[in-house]
Amino acid sequence: MTTMTLSAPASAPRLTLDRVGFSTAGQRLLGPLSLTLDGHRRTLIMGPNGAGKSLLMRLAHGLLSPTQGQLQWEGSAPRQAMVFQRPVLLRRSALANLEYALAVNHVPRRQRRQRAIAALERFGLESLAKRPARVLSGGEQQRLALARAWLLEPEVLFLDEPTSALDPAAIRAVESAIETFHQQGVRIVMSSHDMHQARRLADDVILLHRGRLVEQSPANLFFSRPVTQEASAFIAGELLD
Amino acid sequence: MSHRHTPSSRRLSSMQVRRAATSAAAACALMLGASSALAQDAAPFITLASTTSTQNSGLFDAIIPTFTDSTGIDVHVVAVGTGQAFEIARRGDADSLLVHDTAGEEAFVADGYASQRDDVMYNDFVLIGPSDDPAGIRDADSAATAFGLIAESGAPFTSRGDDSGTNRAELRLWDAAGVEPGSDWYRELGSGMGATLNTAAGMDAYVMSDRATWVAFDNRQNLELLFEGDDVLFNQYGSLKLSRERHPELKHDLADQWHDWLLSEQGQQAIGDFEVKGQQLFFPNADAH
Amino acid sequence: MTDSAFATALDLIVGLDPDLLAIVSLSLRISLTAVAIAAALALPLGAALALYRFPGRAPLIIALNALMGLPPVVAGLSVYLLLSRAGPLGSLGLLFTPTAMVVAQVILVLPILASLTRQKVEELHGEYAEQLASMGISRVRRIPTLLWDARLALITVMLAGFGRASAEVGAVMIVGGNIDGVTRVMTTAIVLETSKGNLPLALGLGIVLLALVGLINALAHLIGESTRRQLG
Repeated sequence: MTTMTLSAPASAPRLTLDRVGFSTAGQRLLGPLSLTLDGHRRTLIMGPNGAGKSLLMRLAHGLLSPTQGQLQWEGSAPRQAMVFQRPVLLRRSALANLEYALAVNHVPRRQRRQRAIAALERFGLESLAKRPARVLSGGEQQRLALARAWLLEPEVLFLDEPTSALDPAAIRAVESAIETFHQQGVRIVMSSHDMHQARRLADDVILLHRGRLVEQSPANLFFSRPVTQEASAFIAGELLD
Repeated sequence: MSHRHTPSSRRLSSMQVRRAATSAAAACALMLGASSALAQDAAPFITLASTTSTQNSGLFDAIIPTFTDSTGIDVHVVAVGTGQAFEIARRGDADSLLVHDTAGEEAFVADGYASQRDDVMYNDFVLIGPSDDPAGIRDADSAATAFGLIAESGAPFTSRGDDSGTNRAELRLWDAAGVEPGSDWYRELGSGMGATLNTAAGMDAYVMSDRATWVAFDNRQNLELLFEGDDVLFNQYGSLKLSRERHPELKHDLADQWHDWLLSEQGQQAIGDFEVKGQQLFFPNADAH
Repeated sequence: MTDSAFATALDLIVGLDPDLLAIVSLSLRISLTAVAIAAALALPLGAALALYRFPGRAPLIIALNALMGLPPVVAGLSVYLLLSRAGPLGSLGLLFTPTAMVVAQVILVLPILASLTRQKVEELHGEYAEQLASMGISRVRRIPTLLWDARLALITVMLAGFGRASAEVGAVMIVGGNIDGVTRVMTTAIVLETSKGNLPLALGLGIVLLALVGLINALAHLIGESTRRQLG
């Protein structure tokens, strides 16, 4: 991580979406919407199921290309990583999963073991090093996915509903891991439908509904003085239709 | 994705090219290793194209060890129908040829594929059929009569139909009997002698077989030997020296030793000594002319 | 007759008949070598077909699927014409050798391995694609990753290939010539004994072959199960 901290740019990465839309089979699933992500902040993308949260994350991360509009990083694109709702771990040990991430990132072989073990320790997984990744519990798997993302030294970390399938203890561990990233200066973009999680973690909130951008505002404002009727209803826990 | 990973992808692919090259090399090494692991022992050998009748009766198992003992040469027998044996020799895939179709063998020499042909031994063809003999060939006075009776009765007859020496001999006999085989009682199998006998046993059909295969054959069921002894059923085997001009790469010197040994006193003796179930199956006649 | 076939099979196995051992060992060496060579080529090929989109991909996949049904006799005849003295590779002198039999079996097994590998890898890639793309892993680098992670399914694929190789007779009969002690394998020995009318021995050999293939399958199954339990 030291290298990353040393080389961290003075200005935070900045992503601009200009009238970005995504359609498939003639159906508009997202947008068109325009927004900017910048600053060393934690942005939570919220909204009911099917609102387009995952789609927006994938477009921002570059897994999908928009079918209309422009999506652009200022300067060169930053290093990124993404943690998925259901982590995809390789069929090998926890340690080997991390060493694999280092290998594909061109870390010399002799450094891999040491750095992988350090990452396991940082996320409290050192006792599971030799265990096959696929038999770990859901929470352990998600922490391993975070440790893997850690080794990729991202400047921006995307998390797609990373805690939706976890029990409270595991949620706490994952949230603390996210804090670890943030404290190291990693920009966080995370989707969630959990209002309480958003109150705990968010600096900014983006509310999506039916593929449209409803509201984007600092978290304290969003929760205390929502502008739109949908946001008020969402915060009040009502079902949006 | 390219906007983020282009430089690293490029490095990756050059590394991958090296890795692919390595695995291709490994595959080649594997293939080479495999072929050397499967390679023949260094002992000299010839490949002999011959017929199923000689192989199935066990003749080669009996005489080849004697030949190998006295010359140090092993004989690899590829046993197929006579037609296919000619084709193998024509293509240069065998060093020597031992078959039983004298007319075909003489043509083979005339066409320049072989330089010499010699009688080695003979046995005879026999007519096999169901023990109740619906066509009544048991007491026929000649092979041609027997064939005529089978055609008349409409009882099923199974033919090799594979252009083998036996098949060619059978077709000559139908011709002699004045019958054009091809009605629904005539079943062309396109199979070897053993397979044809198995089929005949299964359908209670008449069939012409060489005596050696019949005597050694175990799955007779209801079949019996019904007719034998006519001179036209004589079955001559010949050995051929293949042409040095057409196929100079063959092991002619070793093959000549085999050919000469078959005709020698020792070879003829070995053939005559071979018995199945107490019965001599092949009669050496190298001196016949 | 079935009874005597079982008795014959038992005699052959218990008696450790040296001829039988030689035939069994040659069968195994030829088929395992063929599967190993075919796998070295077909696994990367199948994975590449799963990962890359290019013109002619669909016809290639259809062709491989169709070749899974290639009659062994046709494969044998093609190799025969190739390796025959009068053929293009005649000078190698490989006809009627075990190497020729390996070549024929590679041709029979390769389409099976490539086709099934493509299916398995495509399935797995459906699950992995986003994660691997997120990590910026190139397609070419994904090939070994996916092959390794599909290893359990691929063991079954290789068994299917081995089954085809060890069970076929049409190809090895033509290119091997069924030469006693040199190219005689289980299946050609069965054909020979059948044509001698020695049906109990033929069936007995068949039972031995079946037992052998069953043994190898059981072994692979055990390896697969223990790996599965370990890896989840």
